[in-house]
This record gives sequence, C-alpha cells and structure tokens, in this order.
Amino acid sequence: MAELTAVVGIGQTKYVSKRLDKSMPGLIREAAERALEDAGCTWNDIDAVIMGKAPDMFEGVMMPELFLNDAIGGAYKPMLRVHTAGSVGGSTGIVAASMVQSGIHERVLCVAYEKQSESNATWALSISLPFSLASVAGAGGYFAPLVRGYIRRSGAPEDTGIRVAVKDRQNALRNPLAHLQLKDISFEMVANSPMLWDPIRYLETCPSSDGACAMVMENEALAGKRSNKVAWIHATEMKSEPTMFSGRDQVMPQAILDNSKSLYKKAGITKPREEIDCAEIYVPFSWFEPMWMEGMRITDINQGWKMTYEGATALDGDFPVNMSGGVLSSNPIGASGLIRFAEAARQVRGIAGDHQVDGAKKALGHAYGGGSQYFSTWIVSSDKP
Amino acid sequence: MRDVAVVGFAQSDSMRRETDRNEVEILIPVMQELRKKTGLTNDQVDFVCSGSSDYLAGQSFAFIAGLDAVGAWPPICESHLEMDGAWALYEAWVKIQMGYADLALVYGFGKPSMGDLPLTMALQLDPYTTMPLWPDAISIAAIQARLCQEGGTLSAEEMAERAVRDRGNAKSNPYAQVKGDFSVDGILADPYIANPLRKHDCSPISDGASVMIIASAEKAREFQDRPAFIRGFEHICEPMDFGVRDLTSSKSTEIAAEKAGVRADKIDVAELSAPFTHQEILVERALGLDESTNINPSGGALAGNPIMAVGLTRIGEAAARIWDGSADRAVAHATSGPCLQQNLVCLMEGN
Repeated sequence: MAELTAVVGIGQTKYVSKRLDKSMPGLIREAAERALEDAGCTWNDIDAVIMGKAPDMFEGVMMPELFLNDAIGGAYKPMLRVHTAGSVGGSTGIVAASMVQSGIHERVLCVAYEKQSESNATWALSISLPFSLASVAGAGGYFAPLVRGYIRRSGAPEDTGIRVAVKDRQNALRNPLAHLQLKDISFEMVANSPMLWDPIRYLETCPSSDGACAMVMENEALAGKRSNKVAWIHATEMKSEPTMFSGRDQVMPQAILDNSKSLYKKAGITKPREEIDCAEIYVPFSWFEPMWMEGMRITDINQGWKMTYEGATALDGDFPVNMSGGVLSSNPIGASGLIRFAEAARQVRGIAGDHQVDGAKKALGHAYGGGSQYFSTWIVSSDKP
Repeated sequence: MRDVAVVGFAQSDSMRRETDRNEVEILIPVMQELRKKTGLTNDQVDFVCSGSSDYLAGQSFAFIAGLDAVGAWPPICESHLEMDGAWALYEAWVKIQMGYADLALVYGFGKPSMGDLPLTMALQLDPYTTMPLWPDAISIAAIQARLCQEGGTLSAEEMAERAVRDRGNAKSNPYAQVKGDFSVDGILADPYIANPLRKHDCSPISDGASVMIIASAEKAREFQDRPAFIRGFEHICEPMDFGVRDLTSSKSTEIAAEKAGVRADKIDVAELSAPFTHQEILVERALGLDESTNINPSGGALAGNPIMAVGLTRIGEAAARIWDGSADRAVAHATSGPCLQQNLVCLMEGN
C-alpha cells in the first residue's frame, strides 16, 4: 500500500568540536542547502520539513525547531519535530519517509542536528530529579557494565573493542567530513589511551560534535524520472522497550532483535549477511559493533566479535561496517542516526567517495538510543524492491 | 486516503499543581481508564506515538518514562514528538495511511507546575536575539493583543466574551480547571496583568495528560458505533520572528483549514486550544466559524491548558460529540509556539 520512496539528495556539514562561525540556523541551513543542491531542488519544491534532534537541553533552547523553522525553509509549510532519544536521527528519516510513503507529500526535507558546543551534554544527561531514579553516570558509565556483560557472555577477547576503534578511525581518514582525523592511528595508540569506564578506553569513545545532516526524499513518480542514482527505501522499522524492569536483557535487548526480524521481513531479506552489502551502525562505544552485529542478526549471538577479528567489518571485508568512520569519528548526537541513514544511502547511490564500498547495492542504516531501548533502522537499495 | 477514525479517548483533570505524582504517574491512570472503557489490549496496538516536552519535566529524555505507562513489553513500534499530542496523532494517522498500522495509541502529557511556565516558555524564543531579554509568554501574547486592539482587529469586550463563554461552558466539563459564571463587565473591571491582558484573558497553568485511540475504518466500529472519521488533517508552521508575520491574523490556521476543507460545509462543533482570548478570536476567524457553530463546549484551553496534551484533548472532546450524535461535523484545533506560530486543524465527520 505504501508509496515507493527514494532518497534523492543528501547534505552534511563538516563535523567539528565547535562550529563557532555558524549559528544554529546557519548550521542546519548549510546541510539543507547541500541536500537541495544534490537533489537539484529549490526551497519551493519542498512540501514539508521534518526536523530531529536529541534533548533540547543540549543547546538550551526549548523546542528549537520553532525558531529554526524559517532557516530550513519551513515557513507556511507542515513541520514536525521528532525526538526519540539517541535514535532520533534515524527516526527523523523514518518519519520523513512516511510522509511520502503515505502519499500525503511528494517531496520532503528532513534535517537533524546537534550543536553540542552550545551547552554541555554530560550535564544535560545527568540532571537528577527529586524522588526519581537517576544514574547520573553519563552515557559511558551507563554502557560500560553492558559491555562487560557482553564480554562475559561471548568470551570475546578483551582487545576486540580496540580493533573496532582502529578500523573506524582508519575509515574516518577517508571521509573528509569526519570530525576525528587521527592520521597515525594504531592498535597501540588506542590500547594506551586512558581507561575511562572499564573496559572502555578514551579512544574507544565518540567525540562531542557540532553538525547537521539533511536529506531530500521523493515519491516514485518524481524519483523514477531522475537519471542519476537514487536510494530506494525498501523498509523502515522502529522498536522501543522500557528502560528497566526485572528480567530485561540490556546487553542484547529484545527490541533490537524484534526490530531486525521485522525489518528484514518487510525488505524481503532472508540472509542479511549475504544480501546486505554494507552497514552504518550506531556505535558510540567501540564494543557496540559486535553487539549490534548480533542484534541485527548479521551473525549469531555471541559471535559478533569474530566478525571484527576476522576483518569482515573492514572496508575491504565481506560485510563492511561504518565506512564513514561512524559515530566513533563524528557525533552530533541528534544528527548521528540520520548520518548513518544518509551514509547508507550514499553507498547505494555510489557517491561515498574514498569510503565507497565497490558495487554496494543494498545497505543497512541503524540507530539506537536511551538505555539500549530505542531502535530505528532502514534498508536502502540502488534497485527498486 | 484510508478512512481513519478517532474511536477512544481519556483525559486527566486539568490541575493547577499536582504535588504528589510525576508526569508518568499522571498518565498511568488515564491510560488505564482508556483501556477499561474500550477494552483495548496491547496486542491490538500497531503503533504508539506521544507528545511531550523535556523542558516542562526539567529533564532530558523525560518522555522515555512514558513507556512505563504504555507497558511497552514485548517491545512496541513507537515514536515521540517534542510537540503537543495532536501532532503525535498526526504522525500516527500517517502511519495508518501508509499501511504500516491499522490501530494506534496516542498520548500527550505535561507537568508545567514544576517550573515557572511563562518564564520557561521564554526559552522557546530565538536564543540569539529574543530569549536573552527573558520576555515571558504572557508579555509576548500581550504585545499581540495590543496590536490587535489598536489596529481595530478586535476589542477588549470581544475578548472578555470568550472568557465568559468558555468558562461558562466548562461548568459541564468535569475535567476543567477554571469554570463558572462570569460577566463581561466584571472581567473588564479586573486589573491588567500584562496590559491589555487581564487574568481572565489567559489560560490557566495546568498539569495533565490525555490518551487517544485511532483506527482504520475496518477496525473503528469494534470500538464505536459512530466513529469520528478524520476527513481533513493539516498543520502549518509560520516563521517565529514577530517582525516577519502578521500577528493580527492566523495565516497558518487559515491555510490548514483551507487544505482540510473546513469551510466546505457547516461545522457543528469546534474545539480550540488557543491559550489567550484574543488568540481564540483569531483562530475562530481563520477557521471561518460563526454563531452556527458550538464553539468550545468543553471550555477549550481557556478552561484547562495541560500543555502538550491540550491539543489532543481538543480532538478528543470534538470526537466525543460525534460519537454521541450531537454533531455530524466537528473541527479541532491545536497550537504551538509564541503568538499562534504553528497550528493544526483536524476535521472529523460522523458519516
């Protein structure tokens, strides 16, 4: 029933610690203009604008999409603001796609951003309300015990995370937009970096970035007429589960297992590792690559670390992951999910530059958030379903 | 377009200050009441969508706790907007349109009493040019009201009439917060709180929540003999900057109403969520309403304004009048942002 929809334009800013030359409107407009240019569209061609970002306290503006609406060409148009924790970038892409898939709009623009230099993310994540359970741990403190749990269950060698970090940071050197460009990155460099939250070392964590990502999506009638390659959306999925209750498996949440099962069913995929050519996965701490390879059913439970060890997830491996350098190399939080989705689309459009996977036809985009409880995913392809 | 209908609704009281329960604890009994009234079980729900604001809760990711009210286990297909629940309903309606869902659960909730709401709303303004002046929400609305009065768009008497009408209507609404018999003369004798706004021109500050079920036509009649079919659903956002838009009309409401087909036939009932009396007049005019329409039978936002739920509540109140047969054609309105920046119009019919 859903209208076939394609990504026809992608725009990103360069990701940096502090984008001092641009205001928030300037930052998102830069990404949006690049997406419009890529799509060969003008502001007037856009029917609706979908905006996403992580908590408002990251910049200190309540519902900032209202004051930003003008800057992203949303004046006198429908505008929605998505917020689903860390998965929000992915959810923003999914909500935008649904506006076209439903037949309501023909062409929409989605934009996600974070300008972390405006505030302090760890402060914003650590507010403790009276009479409420608060971990006041920041993201690293929350996730480190889950990584420990994974190591215990899987028997993964302790240096698996280091290998992921080296691989992603090498990939980032091929992506001029990536925030962290560590030219002399090596196993020793990561291994010798300070232990922040055992077993997570400094160089196994993501940076704090300013940046924005935007995409233009069209229905089949418009996108089908284009001569250049577009990324057809084969399937999208969102799944959530509560933060905590007795018996919840936070190491391998049911929500990601359900998400991947449903996503592949919608996309007609039965052997994901063979049928998908590459993936951009939300990996803010290195160990989440093997964990989410299992959650996304690319390999069996407790076997994900072997993919890293065998080099399967490297750019020249049989299942490349985070070709752009991933969240480990650029993390404007609210945009990070949309960047995963956009980088998956760039791969199947064959426009990923030096981090292009040769002949990539089908790619997976993935984002997660909250306490490993919100999952947004999509499958895009150079071919129509 | 698939025919989709509002088939279930529940709301909390609008409360000036709920001291004993947090946001989610306000939401939970409303969710339970809806399930009890409709017999809804989680396995019937294909999609869940909510609206709330971190800044009201004073906490990042405040909406996540809402999942505890839903009972999101096994994991659910779910989304959240940092907007009023009325827009969450829109997202859910889109999901049904695209064929990914047949039935959706939607909720909105907010507890503004934890902070100083008019000042909290100042944080919604342009952080580079306007917010540093800390203009509170009532003062911003007063600037708009003054423009309207001085330009001859509307009068203080007309504003007072809205307060009298809405608070009078609210006497029959058990969830309303401000209700009773008032007079235009009595209101006009009151002092200003931000000239030309008097206390009665302002909606109350309300804690509260509301929950709704929408379903495709095939499933709708399992819940209602006379479902409220959504026949027009549009929302439009203006630029925020006060210098680039006409504050004496609501152009975005006009565009949304036109696209939704509001004026195509008589409107029996209208539920408006304008938080100030002068804004209610601007919305009435933008929707093309006159005396033939029963406006705000619940009292509207002026009788209870549980921010982030209030728009969804207007849709629920309008739908209820289609369910009970007292209206054939109803329109509900939601707004967001300073001076009616963003507006949503939902047109519902019984046939």
